[in-house]
Amino acid sequence: MKKLLIALMATAAALSLAATAEAQEKLKACWVYTGPIGDFGYSYQHDQGRLDVEKALGDKVETAYLENVSEGPDADRAFERLAREGCKIIFGTSFGFMDPEVKVAKKFPDVKFEHATGYKTSDNLGIYNARFYEGRYILGQIAAKQSKSGVAGYIVSFPIPEVVMGINSFMLGAQSVNPDFKAKIVWVNSWFDPGKEADAAKALFDQGADIIVQHTDSTAALQVAEERGLQGFGQSSDMIKFAPKAQLTSIVDDWGPYYISRVKAVLDGTWKPGNVWLGIKDGAVKMAAYTNMPDDVKAMAQATEKKIVEGWNPFTGPIAKQDGTPWLKDGEVADDATLLGMNFYVKGVDDKLPQ
Amino acid sequence: MDITVNILLTIATAATPLLIAAIGELVVERSGVLNLGVEGMMIMGAVGGFGAGYLTGSPWIGLLAAIALGAVFSLLFAVMTLSLATNQVATGLSLTLLGLGLSGMMGTSFVGQPGARLPNLDIPGLTAIPVIGRLLFGQDPIFYISIALTAAVMWFLFKTRTGLTLRSIGDSHTSAHALGIQVIRYRYLSVIFGGACAGLAGGHLSLVYTPQWVENMTAGRGWIALALVVFASWRPWRVLAGAYIFGAVWIGQLHAQAFGIPVPSQLLSSLPYLATIVVLVLISRNKRLTMMNTPASLGQPFVPDR
Repeated sequence: MKKLLIALMATAAALSLAATAEAQEKLKACWVYTGPIGDFGYSYQHDQGRLDVEKALGDKVETAYLENVSEGPDADRAFERLAREGCKIIFGTSFGFMDPEVKVAKKFPDVKFEHATGYKTSDNLGIYNARFYEGRYILGQIAAKQSKSGVAGYIVSFPIPEVVMGINSFMLGAQSVNPDFKAKIVWVNSWFDPGKEADAAKALFDQGADIIVQHTDSTAALQVAEERGLQGFGQSSDMIKFAPKAQLTSIVDDWGPYYISRVKAVLDGTWKPGNVWLGIKDGAVKMAAYTNMPDDVKAMAQATEKKIVEGWNPFTGPIAKQDGTPWLKDGEVADDATLLGMNFYVKGVDDKLPQ
Repeated sequence: MDITVNILLTIATAATPLLIAAIGELVVERSGVLNLGVEGMMIMGAVGGFGAGYLTGSPWIGLLAAIALGAVFSLLFAVMTLSLATNQVATGLSLTLLGLGLSGMMGTSFVGQPGARLPNLDIPGLTAIPVIGRLLFGQDPIFYISIALTAAVMWFLFKTRTGLTLRSIGDSHTSAHALGIQVIRYRYLSVIFGGACAGLAGGHLSLVYTPQWVENMTAGRGWIALALVVFASWRPWRVLAGAYIFGAVWIGQLHAQAFGIPVPSQLLSSLPYLATIVVLVLISRNKRLTMMNTPASLGQPFVPDR
């Protein structure tokens, strides 16, 4: 019995040695997602980026991920676990991972951390984000053209700057076409609950909206639009298969190129904490094919997209805040810091911002 | 008028999966078994229903698959807790965790694929009647099943001899055993029935509510169903009331938000939970009746002496 035990221990030791030897050759890059990778939305797109890294860097890297990690203090353990397991670079992909990442990054100075959509950085914590609001301006313009009732339904998750920024950009786009355009806003207080999203879409349609916009992650709302013969926009992924007659376009996230460049930087030893905010012109935000709309609307959308690629920012004055006080002067462009901390509505939004 | 009908239909869709899963669990708990695996069985039903419907193109086959998968999955719980007398709470929890993980793995290839939706009932002449037509004759098939199921369970538990036996097992398995009742067999059948119901509830999610497969799509509905059973003090009609109050307040608060009522949305989102608990506690305030309805041997493992 004793012999057997010793033999087992020796094998185990040999195996673990082999494992570390291999780990030294390969760089371990890790991801933490707040949703399931099977959400076909936000987390799914991040995971596609991870797969792109595997494809591009082949046997130089090894990747791992944790999904369904709830935001807030509970996330500490997820990041800590990955850091202990030998991850050299860890990407946290959701706003609510900000404070946990700051905390864990302090504990593991040799591990590189990256946080999406937040605003806190440190020596080994960089931030990255995509300018989804650029796409949302285009959605607003299309919605105002396509809507007969002049009212859009907007399903949102949590009142964080990212979401508020999206609502504002959408409204600015819509008002550029129809100054009286209205959006009814419903908070479902969840990133991911298809049933709730479908219910919210039904409620909004019942109250006279005829276009649905969402800042939640599933295809449910768009399916309701399809069933009712109305229209809407996809989110994160191209959802045209779920709503061939209803989807007008979709803001598609493409994280692949960014992830590849960052993991490469770790491999080359050139990684530095960054603060990047990629937009349509960088290819991180893509618009799915403009469908189910007349040619003139499509042309308008494409023209706006081109203008944004050439450097125009949807948050260019004159813009007033919700209560009518001026925010940006004529021609003034909002700076990134204000946008990333946005906690107020622009004029014309018909909702009280939950605090 | 149209908007009222639409709201009522939306409430029914939101309440149906809760009602079915809770009615199934009610029978299980009445037999003295506490299965906390409702969420896991439900998600297995959802992935099974979507998968079978997607692969065969027939949502009806999907419906059967959802029921079957829920039942088979609950069998795992039954073998563990009834034959091997493991701890019911721990086993139920692990069933939920296993279900959530396993369904995600099984459903990998279904992500991003549109599935088949169960068609709504459409009876020529009747469905077209204004207002009541769509409410009574135009809903999805699972809605009718849920109502029939509630009525059937009420009748079975309180009007049949077998139902009485089942309740007596839940109250005291040792006495029932002493009377020569086959406790374990009854409990096996109850657990499988509960599993089939949870599976059907999951099938409702992936075949009617939101015809798609995404991981974790049950999003906690199994837990709400479990809570409904307790707060309804193990009475079927109260479970029905609870499920519909929950659905109504939930849909109501969405409309309140869309209407622009200046109440914090976080408070509105928690209203369905609060309202359901308050109402069910109020109707269950008769202590003696509640005691009478609580299965006394709930959650205790039973090992028959031989």
